Amino acid sequence: MRALTPVITLEADAPATGAVVPAFAWALARDIRIAFRSRAELGVQVLFYVIVVTLFPLSTVPERSLLATLGPGVLWVAALLASLLSLPRLFAADFADGTLEQMALSPWPLPAIVSGKIAAHWLTSGLPVVVLAPLLGMQYALDMTALWTLTLGLLLGTPILSLLGAIGAALTLGLRGSGALLALLVLPLTVPVLIFGAGAVDAVRAGLGAGANFSLLAAGLLIALVGAPLAAAAAVRIALD
Amino acid sequence: MLEAHDLAGERGHARLFFNVAFRVEPGRALAVTGANGSGKTTLLRILAGLTAPAEGSVHLDGAPMKPFDARLREAVAFGGHLPALKDELSAIENLESLTALAGARVSRAELAEALDRVALSRRQMLPARVLSQGQRRRIGLARLRVLRKPLWILDEPATALDQEGTALFGAMLVEHLEGGGAAVVATHQPIDLPPGRMAMLAIEACAR
Repeated sequence: MRALTPVITLEADAPATGAVVPAFAWALARDIRIAFRSRAELGVQVLFYVIVVTLFPLSTVPERSLLATLGPGVLWVAALLASLLSLPRLFAADFADGTLEQMALSPWPLPAIVSGKIAAHWLTSGLPVVVLAPLLGMQYALDMTALWTLTLGLLLGTPILSLLGAIGAALTLGLRGSGALLALLVLPLTVPVLIFGAGAVDAVRAGLGAGANFSLLAAGLLIALVGAPLAAAAAVRIALD
Repeated sequence: MLEAHDLAGERGHARLFFNVAFRVEPGRALAVTGANGSGKTTLLRILAGLTAPAEGSVHLDGAPMKPFDARLREAVAFGGHLPALKDELSAIENLESLTALAGARVSRAELAEALDRVALSRRQMLPARVLSQGQRRRIGLARLRVLRKPLWILDEPATALDQEGTALFGAMLVEHLEGGGAAVVATHQPIDLPPGRMAMLAIEACAR
């Protein structure tokens, strides 16, 4: 009897599965390098986030309890908008200049390349949001525990925003008015992230602990990590057809 | 090496061509000609595996190919009419990035030599933003040279190239064919190749 060979074919990429790491590393390094060559764009995003977060305390009653209630939600919405602002850049530039074509035709698996691009997107748009969160949260009279809960929640949640956003960005490639359409597609999907992320701070302030919220965010992150690159890669291929 | 069986191509529900069949052997090139909008680009995209044909099939070394087939991606160097260059990166960085993406391991010295061959060595550190259209095309030629893929599928490679650049492309193509490579090239300009190396495929305007 012949030995059975295990056949695992997620897609036609099977022979190149060994190339996942170089493909990921290539896309990550390249996109970060390009992002730093156009630093102005990066600055605009971060500044946008800072300004949106700062506008709320200025435009509402400066009452500590009200601000502390509003704060986590405002920071999460601002993080979402900042992520959304930079999403069109994820694939559109590569689509316009033909690089996306070459990526899809590369012997490397496309989902790995897409993962690298998403990682670069998070590092350049999500990570600054996380790092600035404790500082900006202070405007909302949040105490130390609430600030750390908020930041940890953002650390788990912002990668989900990048991952889900990548699917939307790939689906809207080549469409007219894709920016607005992208927002309409992605925003509803991010509602659970927003609820559990902002809810974590409320739970801590109510003395319940944020364990459940963090577990749900982490589970969501794992699902998105596995599913989103595959979905985005499939959408990229459809867009190229 | 590459075979097309009864290919038909559509673009936005309009039938562009049908019953296209040919075989390209190693050492041979196929020049695809036809009026604007006749479907040259669509044919090349089908051959490269970017688009599914409306009818028919593409075979590589006898095996039928699906779009984005791994074997096709391994064998083909595709040069579309978009140059795939990033304005933010320099000429040599662009070349390095594209060769890595195509799965080729090429040393910096080889990349510099390839840019030298296409007369861009003095501009290799300039960002692609400041290069002319012709110079951008030349980076594409340098890429073909370092990739060493057996099958070239090129869409209008000589566009925006000057006389010297066109001659350079011709010489590179001959070199590629003599080395046992094959090529499918969509073109408006005639390409000078030794007799017996090239076949012509003219796509006529489709009646429907």
